[in-house]
Amino acid sequence: MNSADKKRLLREMLFARRFEERCYEAYVERKIGGFLHLYPGEEACVHGVMEAARPGYDYVITGYRDHIHAIKCGMDPKAAMAELFGKETGCSKGRGGSMHFFDVEHRFMGGYALVGGPFPLAVGMAKAIKMKGGDEIAICFLGDAANNQGTFHESLNMASLWKLPVLFVCENNLYGIGTRINRSTAVVDQYKRTCGYDIPSAWADGQDVEAVYAAAKVAVDHVRSGNGPYFLELKTYRFRGHSMSDSKSYRSKEEEQMWLARDPIIILRDRLIEAGELTMEEYQAMDAAIHDQIENEIIKFAEESPEPAVEELEKYVLAENDPYVRGGVN
Amino acid sequence: MAEMMYWEAIRRAQDEELARDPLVIVMGEDVGVAGGTYKATQGLYDKYGPERVIDTPISENSFTGLGIGASFLGVRPIIEIMSVNFAWLALDQIANSAAKVRYMSGGQLTAPVVIRSPGGTAHQLGAQHSARMEKVFMGIAGLRVVTPSNPRQAYGLIKSAVRCNDPVFINEHELMYNMKGEVPDGEYFHPLEGSEIARPGRDVTLFGYNISVHWCLQAAEVLSKQHGIEAEVVDLYALSPLDREGIRNSVTRTHRAVVVEEAEAPVGVGAEVIAIINEECFFELDAAPVRVSARNVPIPYNRRLEKAAIPNAGDVVAAVLKLFGKQ
Repeated sequence: MNSADKKRLLREMLFARRFEERCYEAYVERKIGGFLHLYPGEEACVHGVMEAARPGYDYVITGYRDHIHAIKCGMDPKAAMAELFGKETGCSKGRGGSMHFFDVEHRFMGGYALVGGPFPLAVGMAKAIKMKGGDEIAICFLGDAANNQGTFHESLNMASLWKLPVLFVCENNLYGIGTRINRSTAVVDQYKRTCGYDIPSAWADGQDVEAVYAAAKVAVDHVRSGNGPYFLELKTYRFRGHSMSDSKSYRSKEEEQMWLARDPIIILRDRLIEAGELTMEEYQAMDAAIHDQIENEIIKFAEESPEPAVEELEKYVLAENDPYVRGGVN
Repeated sequence: MAEMMYWEAIRRAQDEELARDPLVIVMGEDVGVAGGTYKATQGLYDKYGPERVIDTPISENSFTGLGIGASFLGVRPIIEIMSVNFAWLALDQIANSAAKVRYMSGGQLTAPVVIRSPGGTAHQLGAQHSARMEKVFMGIAGLRVVTPSNPRQAYGLIKSAVRCNDPVFINEHELMYNMKGEVPDGEYFHPLEGSEIARPGRDVTLFGYNISVHWCLQAAEVLSKQHGIEAEVVDLYALSPLDREGIRNSVTRTHRAVVVEEAEAPVGVGAEVIAIINEECFFELDAAPVRVSARNVPIPYNRRLEKAAIPNAGDVVAAVLKLFGKQ
């Protein structure tokens, strides 16, 4: 990555942080309903991985903490915020909500709310890629707790058995909702769990986007070269609770402080400043521009967009006018 | 028209679709080298190879999910779940992924998968191999449910289901794979909605689906010959959505209704059809509609107990006679 790339990444990560913080405010203002799972603290994960992959070209799927993955794939943040506001202009036309972002045009194949549910879907996309002969890969981002679902084991087995082009990225933030990993999981280092399926794996510091990028480069190259699946564990931390209804009573202040001191945005910012590639003034100007973009473009768009029409409640349940439904093709 | 067995009709439909479209695949436990537990995929592995006729590990939820994920990118999987009892394990992917993805993506993504599975009570397979799960699938918005009662339907429903853009669950029956019937020689696409009149009649409608259509036909024969009652048999091959118009039309003709289901009564096809009759044509009724259903027990192993748990043609006759005050 050159200096321009790093600065762009810094801006993207800072944008991700501010976007999520603004979601928090909108939730408190009751503009956003339902469950809301935010990404602050984990920004280096998706940004580092997708920097090594091809956003908008490779197929990405994830769980319910999905806003930033979608945006990194190319989703218009206005459509993202409009979805959170439940609007017709949202990325899922207001039918999905925070946990179900979709942008198929940019090959963001969705956020799914059942923990571990995307594993087999990702492997299936990889099967389709292989059948069609393309050089895309499927990338599945999930948290550490998903690895305790049966789908993890079943899907890794099939991915390896059939040498499918899928990269599993484990964003290990140490907690499955409110249960610490050592209290739920016999093997705490997630990258070790793939040996039963003969899938090569590695781990990287999920707070350092350059470390993530370097590890992801190896991972992506491995998968894209037709060597079958790969598993990358990123050790990270969510600065906020699991969702908005989370008191964080299960974590110690000391632990939080230790991780807050390893803020991925600050790490990259300070590194760029130290190298003389960025000034604090530039950073502050960047932040101000992001603030302006979020308030005056994104929030404004979401606020002003129309809600879906109640008359269209049943639209999208089934395909419309499918000729095979009536047998009308005989 | 050629006569063939139910399994042969299923095999032919899959063979034709595999030959037509290189993105059609067949997957499931023992569907490849072994040719399928009920021979429904016999010979397809040799013809189309392991990449397209895929023997899966025994991981129902994940291989179903794999098929769904592949369908997002245009692949048309026909997923065989060896026994419907195992589909409980795949319900997460069927209900949460396949059935909901179109809706929750605002119409961007669809999961055009076909999931075939034999249900029903066969011969002394015990409680965990005798489930009738159609009622479970019928309750899932976004999923089509069809259930063939003969080889023609079995063939034509698969043909349509593979090409339809919705996920379709095809409920087959373990006891019906060797049933013979006429199937058109040319391609035939059976509608995924609607119902068929399997036998016309004027005095009472017997609603059946899958194996219970045959109990209804047997009962109609007895009722006609021995009791002078002409029963109409309506074959509800589409369980979701149900054919409200077909149900209304028949009851409007006969003014009496009996719903015959192999499954237990609670939350079942009978309950649903009778609710539709109430909503659509209550004032056409000359008598309260009744259901003939299985007893609400886990299916026992003992042959005598098993037979007692599942309805038969005699139960249908008895229900009709009662409806006419003849018993």
